[in-house]
Amino acid sequence: MSIGLHNSEFKNPVVRWVDQRLPVFTMMQKEYGTFPTPRNFNYFWNFGALAMVTLMIMIATGIFLSMHYAAHTGLAFDSVERIMRDVNFGWLIRYIHMNGASMFFIVVYIHIFRGMYYGSYKAPRELLWMLGVVIFLLMMATAFMGYVLPWGQMSFWGATVITNLFSAFPVVGSHIVELLWGGMSVDNPTLNRFFSLHYLLPFVIFGVVFLHVAALHITGSNNPLGIEPKGPQDTLPFHPYYTAKDSVGLVVYFIVFAVLVFFAPNYLGHPDNYIPANPLVTPPHIVPEWYFLPYYAILRAVPDKLGGVLLMFGSILIWFVLPWLDRSPVRSMRFRPLARVFFLLWTACFLVLLWVGAKPAEGTYVLIARIATAYYFAYFLVVLPLLARLERPLPLPESISRPVLGGGPLPMGAAAKPMEKA
Amino acid sequence: MLRHSIKALALALGLFAAAPAHAAGGEIAIPDRKFSFDGIFGTYDRASAQRGFQVYKEVCAACHGMRLVAYRNLSELGLTQAQVEAIAAQFQITDGPNDEGQMFERPGRPSDRFRRPFPNEAAAAAANNGKAPPDLSVIAKARAGGADYLFALLTGYEDPPPGFVLADGAHYNRFYPGHAIAMGAPLNPDQVEFADGTSATVEQMAHDVSTFMQWAAEPELEQRRALGVKIIIFLTILAGLTYAVKRKVWADVKH
Repeated sequence: MSIGLHNSEFKNPVVRWVDQRLPVFTMMQKEYGTFPTPRNFNYFWNFGALAMVTLMIMIATGIFLSMHYAAHTGLAFDSVERIMRDVNFGWLIRYIHMNGASMFFIVVYIHIFRGMYYGSYKAPRELLWMLGVVIFLLMMATAFMGYVLPWGQMSFWGATVITNLFSAFPVVGSHIVELLWGGMSVDNPTLNRFFSLHYLLPFVIFGVVFLHVAALHITGSNNPLGIEPKGPQDTLPFHPYYTAKDSVGLVVYFIVFAVLVFFAPNYLGHPDNYIPANPLVTPPHIVPEWYFLPYYAILRAVPDKLGGVLLMFGSILIWFVLPWLDRSPVRSMRFRPLARVFFLLWTACFLVLLWVGAKPAEGTYVLIARIATAYYFAYFLVVLPLLARLERPLPLPESISRPVLGGGPLPMGAAAKPMEKA
Repeated sequence: MLRHSIKALALALGLFAAAPAHAAGGEIAIPDRKFSFDGIFGTYDRASAQRGFQVYKEVCAACHGMRLVAYRNLSELGLTQAQVEAIAAQFQITDGPNDEGQMFERPGRPSDRFRRPFPNEAAAAAANNGKAPPDLSVIAKARAGGADYLFALLTGYEDPPPGFVLADGAHYNRFYPGHAIAMGAPLNPDQVEFADGTSATVEQMAHDVSTFMQWAAEPELEQRRALGVKIIIFLTILAGLTYAVKRKVWADVKH
């Protein structure tokens, strides 16, 4: 080996030549080949890979759509319909992109649920978790601006309602709104900048995803038991074990995706968005896309506008400090009999908010939304801090491999400490 | 315990899927009409859609445009190239400017979009009590209930119930949100004469024109479903193979 070259283990001369100068092959082999991965993943651990694939699908289909889309209030609606009618397989590309947004949120919601249930946010993975929250916020911004682009009635009125929320902030509020609009109302400048940002943000997401994965590869993955691998008997190389397992999840995911795209492409959309935007006609019910409904419900549950806006943003920002709100040393809810119940109740609350967000803000619906909102925050601010003190977790297994391999001999170091942390 | 949480999550997702997120309360129930394109394998009844085009051309087109549909698209309904050219040529299309800078009229060509009944939105509004009749290109996608709603609307005209105050120029319709619709009952028995001898009852014309509207809104529907079936079959086989590979890879691992 010459001095200054990376010590490559690859035999193929071309691969070796490149790898000595830019060790991408070594890196891939280390991070996705031999990468030691806990042996006990269940199928919930597919969803990170699924989210990654969905991001790539969205970027790919989006690039093709932008080749035919016209970001102008007078042309946008018809240009989208032209894609549906006259562009070769344009309907397919557009329906994949449109439903891909919904699939992206389904996947990411399950991914977040997984992280919360198995305590993946706890030390040493706090920053990994926080980067995930950043990705989620960027996704929300991207999806919101993407929904504006077809310039239908819901595009226009959704944009009007959501951008107006910023006017609730004192002093700076109206300036933020003007900056978002590029004028005094949602109009052509708004559409132009939203299109520009909608194209830009996915690449920002890609960058943060890279950091998310980089942080993951420092700490290694969590697992359903929530205890750290204690040695090689607890892990498997990522390839072929988890490439094979992820492939199964991926194909099943594609089946669900395909059912939506080919047989119910408009099921999750709103019919009003096939009416061209008209600033003079307000739709009877303005509702955001389904994945924003929980936050929309929280917004409307509060009688005060600023309070509602703060709680709505707070409902996601609070995830940033989750690692410090939940001080219990036990990660997996499998071993937290009380926390598990409270968390599943929180999940139910989230789904109730999703449902009530689509209902008119009146009568019983408001009451339901308020109760669900109260519990949403109480879980983070009251239940988790208290449980860390009061709950008696179940005994943790000695190691990941112990229950599987039936009490075979443990390596010296691991046998010395029968329980981790607790 | 994980199994329980998976079940709970699946159930919750299922519940949410069963009730579309945007279904707002207090809406008028739209009766389900049997159409040829219903279900997963449904296709367009070409004869019905052609009759529907005739109803559109002779009745609806007086007020409603379909600016996204071109005459050439009619060949997808089974019309020959000569028939499409003959239909297009029936319409005078404004073109230009020519080399003298003048707009001029010429007979339509298959590549032209359907001729609009009014030169612009303001003219359409002026001729219709101040509200322009909506464009019908994607109307079947733009109304909850789709073709079922269109059929219900077209056959839903009746006398207002006692006590219902109808504004001037409005008409009572069972299925229109709020019941007071600006459009008068558009279809009357034997208003059109179908070449295939089908009796032109209001119900028949409403059914045919709803089919035509559904086709206009989703011309890709048949291709989409046919491709979807192939892709789902392919993915199902691939899922089986992938799972077999996964089992084989994991066969030597206790877990």
